[in-house]
Amino acid sequence: MTWANILIQGALIGGFYALFACGLSLMFGVMKVINLAHGDIAVVAAYSAVFLVPKLHVAQLWAFVVIVPLFALIGYVVQRTLLQKAIDRDPFTTLLVTFGLSVVIENLLLEIYSANGQSVNIGELVAKSWQVNSVIYVSYVSLVVLGTAVLVLGALQIFLSRTSSGRLIRAVSDDREAAQLCGANYKHVFGVAAAIAFATVALAGIAFGISTEFDPTAGGINLLYAFEAVVIGGIGSLWGTLVGGILLGVAQQFGAHFNLEYQTLAGNALFLIVLAIRPQGLFGRKVSLNE
Amino acid sequence: MSDTTLPSSAELPLLIERSTFSPIYTLVGTVIVFAFFTAAPWILAASWVSVLSNFFVLLIMATMWNLLAGYAGMVSIGQQGFVGLGAYATLYFAIKGMSPFVAIPFAVLACAIIAYPITYLLFRLRGGYFAVATWVIADSAMLLILTVALLGGGTGKYLPGLTNLSPSELDHDTYLATWFVAFIVLVATYFILRSRLGLVLSSLRDNETAARSSGAKVTSTRRLIYVIAGAGCGAAGSVLAISQPFVQPGNAFSLNWAAEMLFASMIGGMGTIEGPIIGCIIFFVLQQSLQNLGAWYLIIFGAVAVVIAIWQPRGIWGLIRDTTHFELLPVGYRVSASSLGTRRRPSRDVN
Repeated sequence: MTWANILIQGALIGGFYALFACGLSLMFGVMKVINLAHGDIAVVAAYSAVFLVPKLHVAQLWAFVVIVPLFALIGYVVQRTLLQKAIDRDPFTTLLVTFGLSVVIENLLLEIYSANGQSVNIGELVAKSWQVNSVIYVSYVSLVVLGTAVLVLGALQIFLSRTSSGRLIRAVSDDREAAQLCGANYKHVFGVAAAIAFATVALAGIAFGISTEFDPTAGGINLLYAFEAVVIGGIGSLWGTLVGGILLGVAQQFGAHFNLEYQTLAGNALFLIVLAIRPQGLFGRKVSLNE
Repeated sequence: MSDTTLPSSAELPLLIERSTFSPIYTLVGTVIVFAFFTAAPWILAASWVSVLSNFFVLLIMATMWNLLAGYAGMVSIGQQGFVGLGAYATLYFAIKGMSPFVAIPFAVLACAIIAYPITYLLFRLRGGYFAVATWVIADSAMLLILTVALLGGGTGKYLPGLTNLSPSELDHDTYLATWFVAFIVLVATYFILRSRLGLVLSSLRDNETAARSSGAKVTSTRRLIYVIAGAGCGAAGSVLAISQPFVQPGNAFSLNWAAEMLFASMIGGMGTIEGPIIGCIIFFVLQQSLQNLGAWYLIIFGAVAVVIAIWQPRGIWGLIRDTTHFELLPVGYRVSASSLGTRRRPSRDVN
């Protein structure tokens, strides 16, 4: 029964990692940008939910109603200004710029809100869980997060394959010049992709803030988990990211079962094993590795 | 360039030379700088000596990061892993009874040995994925060290073997260790870049595809540079451990090392030896003047680095070199035309 619990808890956490990772995956897929500030944006979203949302007289439970559209807007603006400038130079510059942003954001949060732990307060709901038997408890929050991840990934999949905007994004991602020749404004498409990525990462950040206590330095480790989920699942595959997230979550729970110190280490080990044996990831195509 | 016409080589011999001034000056300058910094503990105030000691630690890291990213095109944000491993290797040898100062070369060797197999995993990834993977490896190294009770686990441990020195002796010896290591790293980098390897690196930096098709051994060159950079950051970690001398995982493996070495190289100018030196000087001026304001120095430094990366990617030294054609430590060659009785006039940089 303990093993069943490890699998269930791992899968629940995996949903959260997948929610984190889909923005990272999308931005890499469309504009070949690894946003090293990805985790920190999530932390900013969580801080906004704690400090900004109450000022608008909105309960923190409903923070996402305000935060998600706001971050979509921020994503569009940041992409059209700073990130586009960096992309115009080369991929190398994009890495340096997003890493610089990450360090600046982290230390700004540290200066403004101190290193004290915070959490998004949603009242008694956070502690409620569904007791399956004497060993297995399923927390409502993580169940909702897993459901949200599946919903977001599904919606993204439908958006990319069925709608004209989605097709435009895929066209630009496949061949920017050809899409441009057909009249696509690739800069706007990049902005839209960034807006979606920022919106999903804001959602992930709020979920993160609800389920655990966080501080300004939490961004880095979140980026690592999201990145590991993407690589394990396979670069460029949305459902692969969900599977990657779940496998990562299970590996971490498995490690934590033996010793709490092994939790992250077991996830890192799984990542390195996948990298050694199947560098394109479980569901990835081989070509996608050499961008 | 358009208004000057170069005479043909028949009437004017074209000289290919390294520098705009005689190498003797470089040598004399190096000797003077070496003598000054070696004598610094007896000349400067103690507070300055400790600042200089921290400066040299960062200088080692920035020089190594510049070699890695500026020349070999590998953006790593996981070099703090080698800083931490260098610090912990020193701690390990010291616990086993070795003097921490004697342990420095062994710690460097240990980091080189660890770096080599890692390249086989990392080199499967490119660009941004490579960058984050280096971070994963640094994180794993820290988490592994945390589980070793002998090395103090999460709380850290004092470096043994330094108690027989008086505090002032310790300060002097620590300073000299960081300075000598920094000097060796700088001189070694200079000679690496002047060598055939440096030529391959420059071609790699400028155009990887062209370098490959000209027969440059790109992968093995990158591997060698990654190992050298790992060893160099290990050396920085080793002297850092001695200067602290409390070794703690959160500090030794701190991401701030990666941030500082990266920003210092970017601001000073990547792909030049002088760049990281200038970047480190700017960093220390900023840090010393804002030291009462918490993390603001890092916020400002990071913001400046972002601006420079977008609008002045060759950094401050790149700007100076492009406008004045002056090189303090030339590693490339330049062609100049000279004739009897006229002064040498540099015409075009080749590096």
